[in-house]
Amino acid sequence: MSLHELSVVEAGRRLRAGETSSVELLEANLDRASRTEAQIHAYLTIDREGAREAASQADADLADGIDHGPLHGIPVALKDNMCTRGIETTASSQILAGYVPPYDATVVARLRDAGAVIVGKTNLDEFAMGSSTENSAYGTSYNPWDISRVPGGSSGGSAAAVAAGSAFVALGSDTGGSVRQPASLSGVVGLKPTYGTVSRYGLIAFASSLDQIGPLSRSVEDSAVTLETIWGHDPLDATSHAGEYPTPSAALEKGVSGLRIGVVRELAGEGYEPAVESGVSGMIDRLSDAGGEVTEVSLPTFEIALSAYYLIAPAEASANLARFDGIRYGLRVDGSTTEELMARTRAEGFGPEVLRRILLGTYALSAGYYDAFYGQAQKVRSAIQSDFSRAYEEVDVLVSPTSPTVAFEAGARVDNPLAMYLSDICTIPSNLAGHPAISVPIGVDDGNLPIGFQVMAPALGETVMFQAAAEVERLAAFTARPILAEVAS
Amino acid sequence: MPIDIDIAHVARLARLSLSDTELETYKAQLGVILDHAAQVQSLEGDPQAESVHPLGFVNAFRDDEVRPSLDRGEVLKQAPDTEDGYFVVPPALETE
Amino acid sequence: MNEVRSMSWESVIGIEVHVELSTKSKMFCGCVVEFGAEPNTNVCPVCLGLPGALPVPNRKAIEWIMAIGLAFNCEVSERSVFHRKSYFYADLPKGYQISQFDIPVCHDGYLDVSVDGETRRIGIERAHMEEDTGKSTHVGDGGRIHSAQSTLLDFNRSGVPLVEIVTRPDIRGAFEARAYAQKLRAVVAELGASDARLEEGSIRFDANVSIRPVGSETLGTKVEVKNMNSFRSLERAVDFEIERQIALVEGGGKVIQETRHWDEEAGVTHSMRVKEGSSDYRYFTEPDLVPMVMSEQWVSEVRASLPELPDDRKARYEAHGLDADLAGVLSGSPPEMRRIYEEATAAGADSRRAANWLTGEVAAWLRRTETEPSHLTLDASQLGGLVEIVDEGVVSSSAAKEVLVGVLEGEGSPRQVAETRDLIQISDTSALEEIVDGVLADNPEAVDSYRAGEQKVVGFLVGQVMRVSQGKADPKVVNSLLAERLSS
Repeated sequence: MSLHELSVVEAGRRLRAGETSSVELLEANLDRASRTEAQIHAYLTIDREGAREAASQADADLADGIDHGPLHGIPVALKDNMCTRGIETTASSQILAGYVPPYDATVVARLRDAGAVIVGKTNLDEFAMGSSTENSAYGTSYNPWDISRVPGGSSGGSAAAVAAGSAFVALGSDTGGSVRQPASLSGVVGLKPTYGTVSRYGLIAFASSLDQIGPLSRSVEDSAVTLETIWGHDPLDATSHAGEYPTPSAALEKGVSGLRIGVVRELAGEGYEPAVESGVSGMIDRLSDAGGEVTEVSLPTFEIALSAYYLIAPAEASANLARFDGIRYGLRVDGSTTEELMARTRAEGFGPEVLRRILLGTYALSAGYYDAFYGQAQKVRSAIQSDFSRAYEEVDVLVSPTSPTVAFEAGARVDNPLAMYLSDICTIPSNLAGHPAISVPIGVDDGNLPIGFQVMAPALGETVMFQAAAEVERLAAFTARPILAEVAS
Repeated sequence: MPIDIDIAHVARLARLSLSDTELETYKAQLGVILDHAAQVQSLEGDPQAESVHPLGFVNAFRDDEVRPSLDRGEVLKQAPDTEDGYFVVPPALETE
Repeated sequence: MNEVRSMSWESVIGIEVHVELSTKSKMFCGCVVEFGAEPNTNVCPVCLGLPGALPVPNRKAIEWIMAIGLAFNCEVSERSVFHRKSYFYADLPKGYQISQFDIPVCHDGYLDVSVDGETRRIGIERAHMEEDTGKSTHVGDGGRIHSAQSTLLDFNRSGVPLVEIVTRPDIRGAFEARAYAQKLRAVVAELGASDARLEEGSIRFDANVSIRPVGSETLGTKVEVKNMNSFRSLERAVDFEIERQIALVEGGGKVIQETRHWDEEAGVTHSMRVKEGSSDYRYFTEPDLVPMVMSEQWVSEVRASLPELPDDRKARYEAHGLDADLAGVLSGSPPEMRRIYEEATAAGADSRRAANWLTGEVAAWLRRTETEPSHLTLDASQLGGLVEIVDEGVVSSSAAKEVLVGVLEGEGSPRQVAETRDLIQISDTSALEEIVDGVLADNPEAVDSYRAGEQKVVGFLVGQVMRVSQGKADPKVVNSLLAERLSS
């Protein structure tokens, strides 16, 4: 196995054993990136200088006996909606072209403190709005398994980089599935933690009550150790959990014997590709054989979860994106009045999907429509939370496909917003409830395209969720890697 | 049935200067999406959640302590137009 | 100013006050709250609205709004949330203001205001928490917004904690509006919640003015009046607006709902440009914040920390024997003056006399010499001494006013000043007898007039005695001597 293909845990082991160095890991990472970027375009910015400095420092620290933990000396990629001080941060939008934040997001600061080496910023759908990364203002990313297809979105760049081996681990953000769905389409592990456990300070907001940062990685264990590095109370985020945090990395060997596993009835059927459905049900059978107590559960409000999401998320986004007005930073298109300046800047600076959602969200909140749309959507949200509570009285975890389909072709859904939105049908309910959920790759279809299996758990239930996910990973024994022709750039 | 919306009004509220063609396109697209989203009205009952936040905590405050502000140079560096420490914009037509 | 202009109209007024709290740091971030700093030096990602920034509420600000609400007899909500109020404006960095919509921290209170000897209870609908915006300076010809060439923005003020206090439309007339505003300001300043300086903008008043026929129960169309930068201009502006509306309606016109801007120089309100469509603020619960629960214990703690408020103080002064008016004036007086009163009366001085001196001559001297109350050098023993020398007849009550001035100007104790300024009354009977006899002898016609029935002529004779004695004769003794002499 080449250096760039190692898991975080294995790379860490070799670092501490003196078999490699952080600098070596970084160079392998950078080299792989230079050979794959032409095909997959995962990165928007690579900070060679900063990364090399950090890698040298990590090596020096280890030599001095200073060990910051599992991410010490490990190259990490960050979705470009996380503020990095001194490094351009665009949210893949023209409206932030050239914007350099004067501060680090809390997760970034924590990664730095943990000795991680920040390699660069990855591509995303503009302002995290999308399911394919095709909404990026800087060109789309491509799926390493088939470069005519999308890697998923909105954290498509991060997923593609981890899948291609041009990142050891990457952070993404998940609002309606934007970490899990690209993880599923790109054959990597993708996690959305419990809402409130990972600080959102410095994450360019899409939908404040739904956004959570989570890792994309090549193994379930990598996911757990990365989570444990970045999560924790942050006084700069008022929605940040101040109580106890679990230790999921300690639960990875426990297996599923006696675990009550609920299969969500509503997340199957029409719209789901046969290969996905058979792959998922096959895994469910194996979980049962491994000692899991499998039952079917019904969460009826899941049928209208998508509708609620497409009112709540755009509504919050319409307010979150109101700060982009051409005055203090970012793009400015001139006007003879402030009103004109703002309206022109925003119309030019935002892409079509962002404009669509701002309009949608503004409408849903506007006088006369609030009750029927946004107000009603919040009620659906309450009902979804109730459905989950009821289900978790009977089961410990819930399972489903992560995405109804495997990776689709680039361009296939761009003209049909609603079709694009349906990509998130399995992932959205967890965001609405604020619950953790993880996608684990379990195999490929006949076209050699990955299939993802989703495990969901109650709030702060990461331990039992990782326990099940680790077993899924073991049972799947999915070791295939995408065959990506290297092209020197 | 796509929902009919006053797209020009919504665009004004959202401070977006869009062409007539763009407005027409978005109007049509939004109509379809909203028609689908209107499914939320099919919910029975009137559930009131304890809180939107899954962990349901309250009173997240900070103490009244001064922390360092940003260096003004860094702040103004990113701005499209500044003068003598101020951000500069054209005059507003309306006042709030 | 009368609230009723012609026989048929009454004005209906509501006032909205914005109070900047004097917390050390801003509402949602740790930037310092400071007046007059260099532009954009007290800003951070949060109050500048940078991408990725998040608000965290200042606990002290919440305690201040609770204190303000309690001081105005409000209910403190058990549970309260923040909302986003969306609108676009250059000095509003996020494109929304974090404010409160339907569950404000405080609601349903009142403030009693004294108008023409009557107590008027002004209902307070709500007090809610929000953040201030940045400041826009319009640069161009005349500095007026419509002729500006560009706008300069300073975000130092952005994020400063703001309490908005809204009355019910209970106020009648411009004078009452001013009285309410002044009293509210005094209470807020007394609490220590804010500097509450109109000229600095740490307290701001907007008025909603409408008129209706006397006896009508329905509300007329209201007009919002802004830009009143002093209590005087508040009164003038409200008065003007009432007149304007009456004239308009009596001339057959209709009042339009709009916002008008007070022009202090011209003494008129101008219509501000009507916005395209009315504001749709699209309020929704702020998802970056969690709800606030004001427990009974917390409310009790805040209540216990409140200083004595003007109305309670007034009641206490009335118990000292001051009448309602005097008690009211004194309780609303600057703390330095009240301290002198408290100390003097504690040392045994007569409460009514001490109060009268302070609210009368002392206050007048402060105004005349433009001295800040905090620079008052009168102490309790001096006040006590002043009361004493009048009681003892050492000086006449009119001479005592001059003695006071001397004391205030640092010339010494009341007795010393009386001596130095030669104000000591002549009370010695024999000395006065001499003067009185002399005056009577010099004015036989006056004596005859008196004997003929013209009682008034006594005044003239007293005056003559005063003249001869250079004002130092004790009027009481003079009167009694004259009475004696003239009756014999």
